[in-house]
Amino acid sequence: MFTATIFLPLLGAIIAGFFGNRLGNRFAQLVSVLPMLASAVFSCVILFWVGFQGQSQTIHLFTWIDVGTLEISWALRFDTLTAVMVFVVTVVSAMVHVYSIGYMAQDPHIPRFMAYLSLFTFFMLALVTADNFVQMFFGWEGVGLCSYLLIGFWFQRPSANAAAIKAFIVNRIGDFGFMLGIFGVFYAFGSLDFDTVFDAVPGVAGQSFNFLGMNVDIVTTLCLLLFIGAMGKSAQIGLHTWLPDAMEGPTPVSALIHAATMVTAGVFMVVRLSPMYEFAPIALTVIVFVGASTAFFAATIGLTQWDIKRVIAYSTCSQLGYMFFAVGVGAYPAAIFHLMTHAFFKALLFLGSGSVIHGMHDEQDMRRMGGLFPKMKVTAALMWIGSLSLAGVPLFAGFYSKDIILESAFAAHTGMGLYAYWLGIAVALMTAFYSWRLLFLTFHGKTRADDQTFDEVHESPPVIIAPLLVLALGAIFSGWLAVEYFVGDQMKEFWGGSILMLNNVIEEAHHVPDWVVWLPTGMAAIGIAAAWVMYMAMPGLPKQLATAIRPVYRFVFRKWYFDELYDMIFVRPSFYLGHGLWKSGDGDVIDGVGPDGIAAATRNIAGRVGRMQSGYLYHYAFAMLIGIVGFATWFLFGFFQ
Amino acid sequence: MESFPVLSLTTFLPLVGVLFILIVRGDEETVAHNARFAALWTSIATFIVSLILWLNFDTSTADFQFVEKHDWIPAFNISYHLGVDGISMFFVLLSTALTPICVLASWKAIKTRVREYMIAFLILETMMIGTFAALDFVLFYIFFEGVLIPMFIIIGVWGGERRVYSAFKFFLFTLAGSVLLLVALLVLYFEAGTTDIPTLLAFRVPAEMQLWLWLAFFASFAVKLPMWPVHTWLPDAHVEAPTAGSVILAGVLLKMGGYGFLRFSLPMLPLASEQFTPLIYTLSVIAIIYTSLVALAQEDMKKLIAYSSVAHMGFVTIGIFTATQQGIQGGIFQMLSHGIISAALFLCVGVVYDRIHSREIARYGGLVERMPKYAFVFMIFMLGAVGLPGTGGFIGEFLVLVGAFQDNTWVALLATTGIILGAAYMLYLFRRVIFGKLEKTDLKGILDLEPREVAIFAPLLILVLWMGLWPQPFLDVMNVSVANLLQNYQTALSAADAITVVGR
Repeated sequence: MFTATIFLPLLGAIIAGFFGNRLGNRFAQLVSVLPMLASAVFSCVILFWVGFQGQSQTIHLFTWIDVGTLEISWALRFDTLTAVMVFVVTVVSAMVHVYSIGYMAQDPHIPRFMAYLSLFTFFMLALVTADNFVQMFFGWEGVGLCSYLLIGFWFQRPSANAAAIKAFIVNRIGDFGFMLGIFGVFYAFGSLDFDTVFDAVPGVAGQSFNFLGMNVDIVTTLCLLLFIGAMGKSAQIGLHTWLPDAMEGPTPVSALIHAATMVTAGVFMVVRLSPMYEFAPIALTVIVFVGASTAFFAATIGLTQWDIKRVIAYSTCSQLGYMFFAVGVGAYPAAIFHLMTHAFFKALLFLGSGSVIHGMHDEQDMRRMGGLFPKMKVTAALMWIGSLSLAGVPLFAGFYSKDIILESAFAAHTGMGLYAYWLGIAVALMTAFYSWRLLFLTFHGKTRADDQTFDEVHESPPVIIAPLLVLALGAIFSGWLAVEYFVGDQMKEFWGGSILMLNNVIEEAHHVPDWVVWLPTGMAAIGIAAAWVMYMAMPGLPKQLATAIRPVYRFVFRKWYFDELYDMIFVRPSFYLGHGLWKSGDGDVIDGVGPDGIAAATRNIAGRVGRMQSGYLYHYAFAMLIGIVGFATWFLFGFFQ
Repeated sequence: MESFPVLSLTTFLPLVGVLFILIVRGDEETVAHNARFAALWTSIATFIVSLILWLNFDTSTADFQFVEKHDWIPAFNISYHLGVDGISMFFVLLSTALTPICVLASWKAIKTRVREYMIAFLILETMMIGTFAALDFVLFYIFFEGVLIPMFIIIGVWGGERRVYSAFKFFLFTLAGSVLLLVALLVLYFEAGTTDIPTLLAFRVPAEMQLWLWLAFFASFAVKLPMWPVHTWLPDAHVEAPTAGSVILAGVLLKMGGYGFLRFSLPMLPLASEQFTPLIYTLSVIAIIYTSLVALAQEDMKKLIAYSSVAHMGFVTIGIFTATQQGIQGGIFQMLSHGIISAALFLCVGVVYDRIHSREIARYGGLVERMPKYAFVFMIFMLGAVGLPGTGGFIGEFLVLVGAFQDNTWVALLATTGIILGAAYMLYLFRRVIFGKLEKTDLKGILDLEPREVAIFAPLLILVLWMGLWPQPFLDVMNVSVANLLQNYQTALSAADAITVVGR
């Protein structure tokens, strides 16, 4: 059953992909949805066995690469961390599959879409069940590929193609670090198996090696390199630019890949490698800094965007920042906890916004929405649930996970921990604000849509609503149900050996002052109230405010100019350089001096020599005369000496 | 089986096909028809015979296997000596596997002088197999140089508009390098008194002589591979060559350079190899970054893939000269996977070239709409070229870089940038050709892959995925031979160290 859980989606993808066109859309949907549902059911059983019965196991499939001392196998590792991830991935994926039946019903390429979704799920499962670095990288690149394919799913749109390439290449920049990290791990530990490496880390900690001519601490360097990979995949500041653009893909894709699963792979990776990161305090500090900064920066952008999906995308980016600084302060279980609750409520929000877009006939701009509540009550209610959870309103899932993260940051008692805490508080305020800005702009107030569009707005069919209900259950209850096991009293037994924690920051997080606990909730309330004031009570206010602080607003609205900057320093110079090297390097210098130059010189000399053969007798006679004179002179002088 | 000359049979079977084709008489149509089938069946038969090599290959020994040795020119101690080990075996198979595919790919594309074309290809096959199987330096040199002749003719006769320029450039570049190889060969002969490769492998060349010999070898192999900056013949040759010519050129001919480094430079001249490793690293890293950037700016599909070949070969040279187990096996594996992937990519270009008669990227766009099968096939090979895990391209690059990191972190770092740039130019190509709106009028009627083309791509597709998901059958064959090579290399180095210490 363990193996089947992983390979059923692959089977579905292959059948739907290769035979879908011949056997029809309905068939393709069935053949991908049913294995996925089975997989999701199995994953619940696995979570029960592994997480609650402690039956961790590793299933060895076969040897992949065996060269010298490098040995890598295909293996499925099931410990609690994996089981939780498998559970999250398969459940969300199954819901997205079902949802896609309704959402993509009008699309001409249904089999291809379903196949990609299932293939993605397979790669994601391969990633989380990996037993070694290389298999993890296999899944890592596989999900990247599917993300590329799905972002560019509507291949006729130039913007979708551009976004797809951007996603792949920015991720590859992260992979650059990941790969170097893998090479370094093999160099330092002589193995790429997780268990072997983890056992050896304490012995290697503190030693240094020569990297790029510098003498640096081994574990810290490797952890930082690997973290670059995580930054790319999880869209952390600097390598985040692909995520908002990725919204070009169909909405189910955004929900599954760019909110719930793939983008959290970076968080998962760091948690999986906790036995390494625990011995690299500097790397952890960097992670806190990057995570907190991303959370803040993405939230500011989220305040200003008009595209409903982009708001949620920046929100995702920001929430990933939360997870990272949780990891950085050593609260790994809190990060995974938030990963799970976030998967539910963010997928819910995305799919809900998809339902809105569907109902509005592909309208995504919130400036042309508003007042939709009477038309789509269920969707609106579900979006409210998702937002309540996201904002961390008590009793909703997000409340539990976000609180423990902020409390852990506070309890870490480090400068960086406090930096994260205070930025986290600010983010909580902004999160609540932009979430309700989104709700008010979309569902409440007067509509700004034109009459015809507004008349045609309709609630989505049950096949779209049903998965949302399941996710809503998760967004409401998953926090309350899981808190004891993930970060509470049962924590140690639940996680078993899958996560290593040298400090007990989570323990301490339960004993922080009361104001630390309630400040985020208070902030959420203020944020909601502020959104109400600005978008319901005084709708003219946002505009005035934007004008008043125009430079700041512009800077934030243009996403801190990251895209323009990268285009200027990386993209354009690469093309310019490539063209220059081709024309001048290859063309003028190498060929000019080399073959063409030699050929020209040969022809030139040959031409001159050829001209000597004029055919006139006196030319030859003259040449002979010169020769004789020269020869005679040399001979005479030589003779006299 | 012991005494049965499998290698000779593999090597010379194509020539039997040539005889058949020569005998055929009749009007042009019949001749062309028969030539095609004769070439196809001969090359398939050759491939099947060569499979015997793999099936009966003993992976537990580093010795040469299927050895055949007969006196040839006894006066100069030159013999007809064939054999393969774990390093050369797959190159023989690569040659025999790609030839039938080339014949099939030329089925309709070549319309004039079909008979001569097929003869050229079969002779080429003999020469290629001979190069990898020869265990006598003179024999090797004859095959190695002999390859040039049919290739020169293939480009020069059946090529594109600038075919003559390209054919000459190709010929002169490689010949210039090979002349120095011949000189080195003679020097080696006078020094060691033999041209027998196994004997030479055990022979210790004096340290001061190694430098010069190494440079002479280098001149030949670097051009063949090709390494930066002697790579400029490759894009021209590829662009002008007919599709099948490009396939063989990228698939097999380039590998002769890498094979030369592995068979001669590293084991015979270990001291010089170690000394020149920084040079190789520098040139390879430049090749990877430089040609990747150049590939990004290309407007011609074939040229783009040609430049990407240079970048991929940069990984090969890095791997070989890391002198680590992973690096060398990665280098060999990279050559094999690149042999499959680049061959397939050129075939992909050939498919649309046959239909539209243009290689210009801007002429295409939105092909996926009309050609979903083609798009799928192209995508898999594109991903292979990008080095996505699960394809053969990944294993080679990964192992090379693992090896490189152990030797020099700078090299590993700079070479790894190749994976970013590689993704950039391949995806950019793919987007411009396959994705987008199908707007150009003549593309609206373009047809998807026909059964013949599916038959060409299917085996390559399976190979790429097989090599990526379960590369062990390939790696097992190389394992012992590479380990043995490395051991001898290290012994030679430490022995030299000992001598210098004593000398002081």
